[in-house]
Formats: sequence, structure tokens, C-alpha cells
Amino acid sequence: MYESCCHTGLNMLAEGSSFFKGLLLGSIFCLVVSLLGNFTPSWQSSPGIHLHHHIKAPSKEDLQGLPETQKLELSLRVRVYCAIMVQPKDLAYYLTAKDTWSKHCDRAEFYTSESSKAIEAVNLQEQDEWARIRKALTHAYNNAGDLRWFFVARATTFAIIENLKYLVLDKDPRQPFYIGRTAKSGELEYVEFTSGIILSYEALRRLTEVFDDTEKCPERGRALWKLSEEKQLAECLKYRGVFAENGEDTQGKGLFNSKSVNSLIADSLDQDPADVVENCCSDMAITFSGMTPNQMQVMMFGIYRLHPYGHTFHDSLVFLPPVGSEND
Amino acid sequence: MKGLSSRYAFCMGFVLGTCTLYVLLQQLFDPRISPQLPRGVENPDTPVVVGRENPSTRPHGHRAKEADRYIADELYKKVRILCWVMTGPNNLQKKARHVKATWTRHCNVVVFMSSVTDPDFPTIGLGTKEGRDQLYWKTIKAFHYALEKHGDEADWFLKADDDTYVVLDNLRWILANYTPEEPIYFGKRFKPYTKQGYMSGGAGYVLSKEALKRFVEAFRTKTCTHTTPVEDMALGQCMEKVGVRAGDSRDTLLRETFHPFVPETHLTGKFSKSFWYWAYCYYPIVEASGPQCCSDLAVSFHYVNANLMYLLEYYTYHLRAFGYKYRYEPPLPKALSGPEKVGEGLEEAGVEPGPKAMGRMSAEQGAEPPNVPETRR
Repeated sequence: MYESCCHTGLNMLAEGSSFFKGLLLGSIFCLVVSLLGNFTPSWQSSPGIHLHHHIKAPSKEDLQGLPETQKLELSLRVRVYCAIMVQPKDLAYYLTAKDTWSKHCDRAEFYTSESSKAIEAVNLQEQDEWARIRKALTHAYNNAGDLRWFFVARATTFAIIENLKYLVLDKDPRQPFYIGRTAKSGELEYVEFTSGIILSYEALRRLTEVFDDTEKCPERGRALWKLSEEKQLAECLKYRGVFAENGEDTQGKGLFNSKSVNSLIADSLDQDPADVVENCCSDMAITFSGMTPNQMQVMMFGIYRLHPYGHTFHDSLVFLPPVGSEND
Repeated sequence: MKGLSSRYAFCMGFVLGTCTLYVLLQQLFDPRISPQLPRGVENPDTPVVVGRENPSTRPHGHRAKEADRYIADELYKKVRILCWVMTGPNNLQKKARHVKATWTRHCNVVVFMSSVTDPDFPTIGLGTKEGRDQLYWKTIKAFHYALEKHGDEADWFLKADDDTYVVLDNLRWILANYTPEEPIYFGKRFKPYTKQGYMSGGAGYVLSKEALKRFVEAFRTKTCTHTTPVEDMALGQCMEKVGVRAGDSRDTLLRETFHPFVPETHLTGKFSKSFWYWAYCYYPIVEASGPQCCSDLAVSFHYVNANLMYLLEYYTYHLRAFGYKYRYEPPLPKALSGPEKVGEGLEEAGVEPGPKAMGRMSAEQGAEPPNVPETRR
């Protein structure tokens, strides 16, 4: 009895050592192959595997090490096309967006559901929100010029474009990026529209291609089961291997907010009165939603004007205030 | 049998080793990130402060993350401000505690004044009753207390309500152009009831040490007495009596810094022509409703509720636009550009010593005593 146990024990030991030998050899083999072949795994062909669901802004250390010329090039290279969706009933939001944050986009284009004298926008003549987004994004792609980053949001969202640029500063727009505040619906991970969506040029290119596929990406959504526009977008992008990623700062705090700053502060005050501001929102937040036009004016003042004397930020890059944007 | 299972184990190990390392390499070298800019090590811990380390120990430490605070720290040392907050036992939890959690942390000294002493909060009991008719009594006693107990710890003495929000760093920028030996006080200047104007109580006002000494002395000699519960007007009348000048707190673009309402009102409010505010403002209003209503270096707002306290703290010290240069370039105040200049610390902080404070400021230095009526613009 003892002998057979010993025997199986020895067997296992022999197998175990073989196993570990194999493990070691396999790792070395992989390492050698990758070093020799400058191995970069390709994502395009494997839509099922996706390890990165969080996108973080670059840290201070990342930027400090760069030479001056490269910093200048980066600050000029990252340019944003803002596609802002309006409806005539949101006139006050249109006026506020026009007067405030949209001026900081390298190009801001408003898209309206129907024409209105007070609104200067591309008239999509479309009531269905998903169809509007399709048309707007197609228009944006065709009119991109040399802009490589696209931000699409409703006029009821407030965006801080400098912080958006900071988030994507070290990302290559020739790769597919689809960034915002992510949520999950069953198996589908999507970016919430309320807090704004960032698309890289490559992601938008693939999207416009899949728009032609009425099977995978129908224009009106399936008749029986109509998905919300944000989920439709995620589905279409998924077919082309583009996946939703949650935009975060270096501490892991979300940068895209689907609530107003006022209600986030109120929530924080409820939950932890000892550390309200610390726990609320990121210093480099990109979007807030659900604010009134007046609250947006206050936010504009609070970000671009009000500051404490004697506190200087030595940011590695400078984004100059846009010409003609006196409201900051 | 043994050989086969060995080989099998070896194969398993080999496959597993390859896969593991494959996955590991994927994680480290995401091709979508620019190769010239490695992802780098995430820094989840304390934020990096660029520039000189703060030499003095700061009991309050609420910093704008990653900001170089060299100039702010210098002003903290040179322009010491005692903040006293007018509150009452019923407002400690509703209002005063939010003041305590936010802006008063930037004061050199802070005292919460109430009718009743509360050792836990803590508040100082002034021995008065509560109510609107007690406001000037509380003010008188509070200033007496501040001079007596903390006179040596501060150069300037700020009064605020428990619904006032104050940006101390911006207040120091203004005050650093004057000395505490001058008889002067600052706030949101109103026109009526006095020759030289008086300062709105709710928007907060700040007295120089000399002004405070004269105020306290005036009650000893009965030059000033409790005339009315309207605290701001009464104090303004006393100031005038004892030769304390009403200062001009506007920035170099003539925009107001002390504000009697919340930011939303000043930025977007529509005031009717008959609204009292128009008649009360001492200076012409640059922009009644719009971005130029308020200086970038705003000092105070009033009627600020709990939520707004934290929101203003977030806007002032936290939320910002990366890489953005503020349009308004304020000149260096006299205390920093004078003979005892701070030297290379300024260059490092990226500040050029700006032009001397505007002509009107130096004119005020040698100004006539305040009972000479100033020209009203």
C-alpha cells in the first residue's frame, strides 16, 4: 500500500518536474520569439479578446520626460472636432454652449433635428435620435479636415475640452478608441451618451463603414426591440472591433459625469461630510450633464476665470485660449 | 507509462508558459499607445507638488493638487489674516460647519463667534442674545475679543457671515498692497448713509490692525457707541468717525472682488432698474450680468448655502483646465515686489514682477483724511 503511494508520489513528482520544465521553456520560448520578431499582438482580428476597459490620463511623470519639441508637437497635434446635438426646444442650451465651452473645440459643429431661425446648425431633418447621430457622425467624418479626435454630445452636456485633450494626449488616433462613461447592459459594454462620447479617427472610420451594413447596423433600429442610441452605437462599433472604455484620471476617478456637479456635491455631502470635495469629482473632469444654462455659466467662470492668487500650475503643455472666446 | 505522462506534463507546462507570457506581454505593450510615450507607472499616491516645498508647517493643507504654491505661501506669511465668522447655536450644524470644512482652513487664525460658548465646535460665546437686533452687539464684542486675544497673531481682521464664502488667497493679493499700520478697511463698498461709503456686512469686510485698534479705542472713549443693530452701516459710520479710510477693493480692471450675492446672480441675474443694488453700489458697475461682473480674483460671495460652499471650494482649488493660461495677469502686490523681494522663487514660479499697482492705489497712500468728500464717479 505504502509502496504504491510512494510510487504514485514519485510519478507525480516526475510529472511535476516535467511540468515545470515545460512551463519555464514555454515562457522563454515566447519571450525569445517576441524579442526577435518585435512582436506586437494585433487586435483587429480578435474582437473577442479585450483586456483594456479603462483608459487613464497620462501622469505628470509621463509628460515631464519628453523633449520640448515633442511637447509642442503634442499640444498642436491633439485637435478636437465637437459634434453637438441640439433641438429647437433646447435653445437656451444651444446659446450657452455656443457662448461657453464649444469655443474651446478646434471645430464646433451644431447638428439640429429640425431647422430653427435662432439656431445656426446643420439641419439633419430627423426626429429619431439614433438616425441623427448617424448622420452627424457621417458629416463629421466627411468634414474632419485634419482633425483626428471627435467628441459627440448633446448641448445639455458641459465639456472641458482641455481636459479631454489631456486624456487622449498620448493615444494614437489611428487606433480605435471609444471613450466615455461606460455602463453595461447584459453582455454589451457601451458609453453613455449623456456624458459625451470620444471617438478616435480610426473608430469613426470603422463606424462609417459599418453604417453601410444594414444587417449589423440598421438605421432605424430593429422594429420590435429598439435599443437606445448609445447601445446601438456600441453594437455597431463592436462589429468592427471597437470597444467602450471608461475615461479615468491617474487616481482612477471617472472623468465623464452623467450628473450635474451640483448633485454630485450633494451626494458627496450626504455620504461623507468629512471629505466632500475630495470624494466628489476629479480635478481633471471632462464632462458634466444635467446642469441648467445658468449653472453652466457659473462653471465656465469657476474653471476659466476664478482661481486663487499665488497657485501656479507648471503644466508640461499649453493649450492657448481660442481666439474670440472672451467668456473665459 | 511514466514516460508518456511526463511528456504530457511537459507539453502542458510549455503551452501554459507560452500563453502566460503572451498575455503578460500584451498587457505591457498595448500598440494603441504612442510608442514614444510609454504608459508609465501610475502614480496613485500623493500628488506631485512642483516647486519649492512649503517651509512653514501649515495646519490647513488644502491645496490645489499639483500647484506650485510658492507665492501663496509667501503671502500667507506676510499677510496674516484672522477670520471671525458670525454664527449662532442654531446654525452650527446647518451652516457654520461647512464654513469650517472649506474656506476658513486658509485663514491664519479662525474664530467662530456665537452668543453661546461651545467647546466642541468650538465657538466663542459673546454673551449676547441671538437675533437680527443683536448683530451690531455681536460685531462690537467679536472685534474686541479678536484684538484682545489674537491681536499679535494677525495683521488684518476679517468679518464674515456663516453664509459667506471667501477666497483668502485673493484677499491677501489685495491687502499685500497696504500695511496693517494704515487705518483702512475693505469690502463691497456701498454708497448711502455715510460720506465715504461703508462695506456690506454679508459680503464680508476686513480691517487693518490700526483700524481695529481705533475701533476698539473709540468704544472705550465712547466716540462710537451701539447706535443701531444694522451692523455694517453702523460700523461704517464709526470707521468714518475715527478716520479709517474706506478702501477700493476692485482689481486692476476695476472689477469688484467682494460680492453681496451668489456667483449665479452676478453672472446671469437680470436686475430690474428699480432694484436697490443699483443705487447702493459705490462704484459704477462694469457689467451687471455677465463674466466681467466679477474679478478673476474674486474674494467673496454671499447667501452661499452648504452645497455651494463645497462647489466653490471645488471650482477654486480643484477643478481646472489642463494647460490653460488664465487671461487676467494680475500684477505682483507691493509686499512681494518691494525691496525685500523674494528673489529666484518668483522666477521659478513663472511670475514677472508686474507694473506697480495702479496709480490710484499709490494715490491712496498719501490720501487726505476721509472726511474730505471723494469725487463720485
